[in-house]
Amino acid sequence: MDSTVGEDEIKLLLTDLLEIYGYDFTDYAKASLKRRINRLYTLDRFPSFAEFRYRVRTDSAYLQRFIEQITVNVTEMFRDPGFYKALREQIVPVLATYPFIRIWHAGCSTGEEIFSMAILLKEANLLHKSLLYATDINPQVLQKAATGIFPLTHMKQYSENYIGSGGKEDFSKYYTANYNMVKFNEDLSKRMVFSTHNLVSESSFNQFQLIMCRNVLIYFERDLQSRVFALFDESLEKLGFLALGSKETLKLSDIASRYKQEGKEKIWRKIS
Amino acid sequence: MEKDILKDMEKMVVIGGSAGSLKVILHILSKLKTWLEIPVVIVLHRKNDFQSNLAELLASKTGMKVKEAEDKEPIKTGIIYLAPADYHLLVEKDHTFSLDDSEKINYSRPSIDVTFQTAADAYGAGLTGLLLSGANADGVEGLKEIKACKGTVAVQDPETAQVPYMPQQAIDRMQVDQILKIEQMAPLINGLG
Repeated sequence: MDSTVGEDEIKLLLTDLLEIYGYDFTDYAKASLKRRINRLYTLDRFPSFAEFRYRVRTDSAYLQRFIEQITVNVTEMFRDPGFYKALREQIVPVLATYPFIRIWHAGCSTGEEIFSMAILLKEANLLHKSLLYATDINPQVLQKAATGIFPLTHMKQYSENYIGSGGKEDFSKYYTANYNMVKFNEDLSKRMVFSTHNLVSESSFNQFQLIMCRNVLIYFERDLQSRVFALFDESLEKLGFLALGSKETLKLSDIASRYKQEGKEKIWRKIS
Repeated sequence: MEKDILKDMEKMVVIGGSAGSLKVILHILSKLKTWLEIPVVIVLHRKNDFQSNLAELLASKTGMKVKEAEDKEPIKTGIIYLAPADYHLLVEKDHTFSLDDSEKINYSRPSIDVTFQTAADAYGAGLTGLLLSGANADGVEGLKEIKACKGTVAVQDPETAQVPYMPQQAIDRMQVDQILKIEQMAPLINGLG
């Protein structure tokens, strides 16, 4: 990369973010962070690092863009259909035995996964007794998530994923298309609560039977991963489930001995 | 003195390929010595559903250990690492891998550029990048970064490539160190460690 923003400059930026705004990116995986920062620097055509830094330090509206752009917000509905099939067939029936179901989507981004979950719960006739907490570091993506509006062009892929997850309904019954966007039915979002939450710096806020945190931990260095695992551990009821991304694992963490992997998907159950 | 520095420098080989490169990679692996003392990282454009078989297929051609690179895994010598499907594979300065599921680059995830660029940052002059057959311009920016960090840049001779576009792009857009026929690739790697 034509590294216009080098390591020392990134350190300055990260210190600014922490000191001025309280956002702590210092334990994010460095190679990815460097790429994201340089990408934004090029995209927004800053003539110099000094101007970039000044903008981040002084313009809180730009700060929101900065956070949105350096965090990765790539997601899709029913991503990894095999994973959702396991959720549908193995985990949802266990959740059904609880009088009230609490699920936390940590790092929910633009909300595709939480709507997928709502559909699974609705099809199991459990949505009415569930509460889905969706959190992200980034208020912008939460606003998008809360609207339940997604691009129409993605629906073909999502519908295929849905079928791959064992879905039997006509996927299009869950949304209304309007021009090039679709809006998911409000009965799906009624049981959702959206809130900003920073996994790096904030503590546990409830007890859950399922925590979904997929493709978030890969952006963290190992020590930070451990801290987040401790936070999840604290936030999970006994016998609750933790679901991670397809290349993430609990295996090498401090809490591993008290968790048991359910089948071959990245779902662990807290056994003690 | 300088020779000693080179000797102690940690080395790595990164190979990127797209359409028409699998056969070339299989040939290279079949000719690698099994006691190779450097890590080899392969980034191959491929469909998402193809994944587990590919590591097995590659392993069947060599006595070296072949595995899919895992997030935060320390990079070791003598292992052939494969970029997992649908993630970018990044090399950290502490010589570990990390994965990234950000936007596709050059329509590709994994992107060859991402691995080449981050590996160049981490391994500097110790890095050798090899770009193979393909119909895409992915990898060229990565090769430029390898060159800028004083590593070695090699491409498949487009005349021997099933799809010459990718190595040809590198030749057209930068100064490559070596243009290799398929049978010259394994000896190059074997000579490094």
